[in-house]
Parts: sequence; structure tokens; C-alpha cells
Amino acid sequence: MTEMNLVQAINSALRGALREDENVLLLGEDIGTLGGVFRVTQGLREEFGPDRVLDTPLSETGILGTAIGMALHGLRPVSEIQFADFIYPGFDQLVSEAAKYRYRTAGEFHVPMVVRTPYGGGIRGGQYHSQSPEALFIHTPGLKVVCPSNPYDAKGLLLEAIEDDDPVLFFEPKRVYRAVKMEVPETTYRVPLGEAKVVRAGEHVTCLAWGAMLYEAFAAAEEVAKEGVDVEVIDLRTLWPLDIDTITSSVKRTGRAVIVHEAPRTCGFGGELVALITERAFLHLEAPPVRVTGWDTPFPLTHEREYLPLAHRIAPALLETARY
Amino acid sequence: MQVIRDDGSLDSKLDPGLSVDEVVALYKAMVRTRIVDDRLERIQRQGRIAFHVGSLGEEAAIVGAAAALRDQDWIVPCYREVGALLWRGYPLQRYVDHMYGNADDPVLGRQMPDHTFSRSHRYLAVSAPIGTQIPHAVGLAMAAKKRDLDECVGVFFGDGATSSNDFHAAMNFAGVFQPPVLFLCRNNGYAISLPVERQTATRTMAEKAAAYRVPAARVDGNDALAVFGAVREGVRRAANGGGPTFIELLTYRLGGHSTSDDPKIYRSEEEVDAWRNADPILRLRKHIENRKVWDDDLDSDWRTVCDLEVKECVQRAEQKPAPELGETFTDVYAEQPWHLREQQAQSLGGPRAAAEEDES
Repeated sequence: MTEMNLVQAINSALRGALREDENVLLLGEDIGTLGGVFRVTQGLREEFGPDRVLDTPLSETGILGTAIGMALHGLRPVSEIQFADFIYPGFDQLVSEAAKYRYRTAGEFHVPMVVRTPYGGGIRGGQYHSQSPEALFIHTPGLKVVCPSNPYDAKGLLLEAIEDDDPVLFFEPKRVYRAVKMEVPETTYRVPLGEAKVVRAGEHVTCLAWGAMLYEAFAAAEEVAKEGVDVEVIDLRTLWPLDIDTITSSVKRTGRAVIVHEAPRTCGFGGELVALITERAFLHLEAPPVRVTGWDTPFPLTHEREYLPLAHRIAPALLETARY
Repeated sequence: MQVIRDDGSLDSKLDPGLSVDEVVALYKAMVRTRIVDDRLERIQRQGRIAFHVGSLGEEAAIVGAAAALRDQDWIVPCYREVGALLWRGYPLQRYVDHMYGNADDPVLGRQMPDHTFSRSHRYLAVSAPIGTQIPHAVGLAMAAKKRDLDECVGVFFGDGATSSNDFHAAMNFAGVFQPPVLFLCRNNGYAISLPVERQTATRTMAEKAAAYRVPAARVDGNDALAVFGAVREGVRRAANGGGPTFIELLTYRLGGHSTSDDPKIYRSEEEVDAWRNADPILRLRKHIENRKVWDDDLDSDWRTVCDLEVKECVQRAEQKPAPELGETFTDVYAEQPWHLREQQAQSLGGPRAAAEEDES
């Protein structure tokens, strides 16, 4: 075991995958010589060579389109999109091609690829270095969407995603890239996709969060605990396919749900979670499910701490929901 | 570049060196493609299939290029290249079943007609967005190169696709990474209604390749032997580690863009007539007749064979049932997740839609 932050844990996962499977290769902008703008791939080009850690030209369409071709040949490409905000030029390749290839060939071809991308705000990145576009991909049949919150899960989920036979979007919470440290095994262990984790057991309200906002949800839960409200915090980890059972069984017990995400509220994933909870646990609900989210504006710079659903906005929502 | 002269004789300096049997096989495949096309267009007009996108006039560009690729090479199609798939021995019955979206359709009725694929024929899947397949071909070729395999990739696209961002991304990646890929640009004069002169300000498609330092050739796409020669040369370069090649195949779409198109709105009959005289099938026929290996009787016998074959395939396809409704819910992921199991059960257990009214 070694103490690692998220960047180190993801690097360790990539190193492990490159060592264990010769079909794995990495591609993206500045990931080789530089080691990525966040240094997530640092040292990998030196160890595995320029044929397995490819510095690509500056084109998300090119990165994702060629990665699909490689995956169709049986390689397992792991692409890095430098910021989730820059994924849109490659959106067509993900939505029209990667997501649909298995379906449109009745399983004859499939696209085992992972797209890693740092997402989210809180780094003073303004509107083009702060976005959380996960809902766009959850809305696309054929894609899996993963968003770890901590180093241990990040490594295990990434290794699992690389081995998965479907295309996986892997959103990395860059706000906590270096903020969170924990003991992480050197081995290539796996954390299965599709399993949420109860990170704080509680009786009164269920709070669903993922990625960087998990810590805010947790902090808010601790704060309201002082007022006697006992919150169950669930880290979704895999956003799609969703661990619906963990969510519904918790909400059936608490009768109350608060959902936290950075993305704008309207048509965000929170809306879908509210619908699923309402459909499945309606008779158990004691309060309307509530969303604490980014506002429906582009991501602002100066007031980013008021845009983000930080603990100061989550705690009142938890109290109101508990006392509804 | 042109190999077959107007009188059917061969420019010996440019002769790609095919045996006479091989040339006849090429001709027969082009005729078969046209007859299949023609039959499908008719049954679409009768409302028996939903859609068809044909290759009338472009058979030399398609079949000639496919013939020049080796068995181990991949074909990445646009959507007009079923002649290349048939050239590789894809069963005609399977294609016609696909056109009907019946239970034997390899894609189980999930796609519009003319969205073919076949792993065993090394033929990737047709999609519909323009140009998206071009970077796939580059990635496929990069994978073959990384694995040190003697394979190259031929990717088809039209003149319109050279306006897509995927085209430029793919060309740039090919220039940088030098994979064994052949860009096969069927310049057929039109992207649906837009003539190539208004698609791009460049005089040729081939000059776009220069910007990416990809070697380019420009050939008469209605001359099957010229197409064969140029593509074979590209294969040779790719196989010897020489990287990508761009080949502009100058041809003309004699039919509509698809059965949903009405080309009379945007081009004149005179223009089309002029190109009818440059028909690639007539050209190759003149050549093999010139070599005394083909005549009217052989021609009419072969057309009868093809016609009967496709008629029988159509008859069989029409008798087959629709695919199972439940199959709509599989192959979204390797394993079916809970929400699709649930939706499948809801669909199967729910009410059925009324039959579509006959709109014809």
C-alpha cells in the first residue's frame, strides 16, 4: 500500500494496464512527453514508448475517431480529452459511432475503449475549464459513464473500465485531483462498474452525489448532524448503468432524497434520479426529492463558489427536506 | 489517369497486369452489382422496401478498388459500396434480407436498408453521418501497424465528405502517424444536390491531400483498370511501410443520391446523358470484347443469371418473418443492464402499435 492522490492512483492504474495487456495504449494531447496538463500520464511514455503513449495532434475528433478504429481492431485504447469542456468536437464520434457500433452490427463489432477526461469546477477555470457534461453521455444508449470520487475507487474503476467491452466515459474530478490522499494498493485490483457505495450511513435523508461534490455532501451531512439530522450519503461511482437497488432501498428507508451535482439543473442527471426515485419509492416518500445543482447558466468564474452546489447550499436543503 | 482507351484498347504502359480472366471477373461483378441495384430500386418504387442507395455509374470506382485490395485488407465503407462487399463474396441473400429488415437481416431490422457490415469480409459498418468512418480507418490502420500485421485499410467517402471535420482530422493523423491507409474519394460530382464546384474551392479533391503531405493520385474512376492500378499501387506503398495514399476516383452518380432523391431538380438531362456515354460498364465491356473473350451472347447469359439470382433472393426475403421485437433491446451493451431488461419487458408485455398505413 502506498499513499496516493487521485492523479497518482490513475497513473498507477494506467501503468498497471499497460504492463498487463499489450493491447492497451494511451492517446491524447500532451500526454506523452509532458505527461498531460495535469501530469496524470507522467512517466508512462518513458516506460512504454511513443507507440503505446501517443502524443496526438490537437483534434478531439481525430483522437476519438482513431481510438474507435483501434478498438474495432481489438486494441483497448484509453484516450485523454484534456478537459471535458473540449469533448464536443468528438461528440459525434462518441454518440453516433462508439455508442452504436455494437447495436448496429448486432454484436459483430464492438468498441472497447475508455475516454478519460477531467471535469468540474472549483479550479478557477471559467466556462471552458469547469463543465460537467455527464448527462449528455448518460442520455446516449450504449455508453457507460463512471465518475470516481477517491483514489482507491479511481484506480479500481479505471482498470475495470479498460477491461470492459463497451465504451466507457471516465470523468475525473479535477477539483480533488490532489486534495484527497489515501492508501492505494500497488496491485491491479478492480472495483466493479455499476455499484454505488454508502459512504455514510444515516436514517433521515438520503443524499446522492458523485465526484468532487461527494465531499461537499459529506461535509453538509456532518454539519446537519449537529442539528440532529442523520444523513445517508451515497457515492454513485458509476453513473450509468446505475445501481438502482442501493438508491431505492435507501430512499425507501429514509423517505427523503437530496441529489447534488455540478452540472446545470435542467435535464441534468438529477432530474432522472428524481424520476426514478419517484417511480419506485413514491409511497415511501415523506418529502419531495430535491436537487442541489449548478445553476442554468454557463459556468461563471468570479462567483464559481456560488455556482457550485457546495456544502453551504447542500446543508439547508438537507435540513428543509428532513423537516418537510 | 486512364488505362482503357475509348476504343476499348489498352494503354500498355499503364496496364496493371491483370489476367484476362481477372478482368472478366471484374466486369461480371460490376454487371451483377448494377443488376442488384436496379432490382432493389424497382422494388423500393413499389413500396416493398423502405430505401435504397445505389451505385449506378460508380461500379468501376467501387468494384475496381475492392479488387485491388488484398484479402487481408480492410474495407471501411461510406454507404454506396455494397458492390465491394459482394465482390468479397458476401452472400447476396444476406444483403437482400438486410434490405427487407427481416428475421435473417444481420442487423435484425435495427438499421435502414444499405447499412451493411461483415467482420468475416473485413468490412466495417456503414453509418450515416458523413465522414465519421474516415478516422476509424486511420485508427484501424494504426492498430495493424502497431501489431506488425501485413494489412492495409481502404476507406471510401464521397466528394462531400472532404468538407467534414472528420476528413481533415483523419488526413492529419494519417500524415503524422503514417499508417497503411488508402483514402478512396469517389468524386461523383454531387453531394445530394450540391455540385462539387460549390462543395469546395479547390480544383481537385486530390490537392487537399498535399496539405497533409499524403501522396495523391487522380484517376478516371469510370475506368476499372485505372482504378485497379492506382489502388494496387497504394496498397504496395502501404504494405512496404510507405504510409497513406489519397486516390481521387473521378466518376459520376448517374442515379439519384438515394431513392428519396429527385436529381432532375438540380441537374440537366443533357449533363446526365453525357456521362451515360462514359458508363464504366460499357467501357470495360468494349475492352473485353476487344480482347475477344466476351460477346453479346455471354453478356446476355450473365445478365440472365444475375437477374434470376436477385429475383430468387427477393422472393425468399419477402417470405421471411420480421425479427423478434425483443431483439430491439439487446446489443446495446455486452450485457443487458437492468433498465433495458425492464424496458424490454414493458415493450413485450405492452400494447402493439397499429400497422402503418400504406402510403404508396
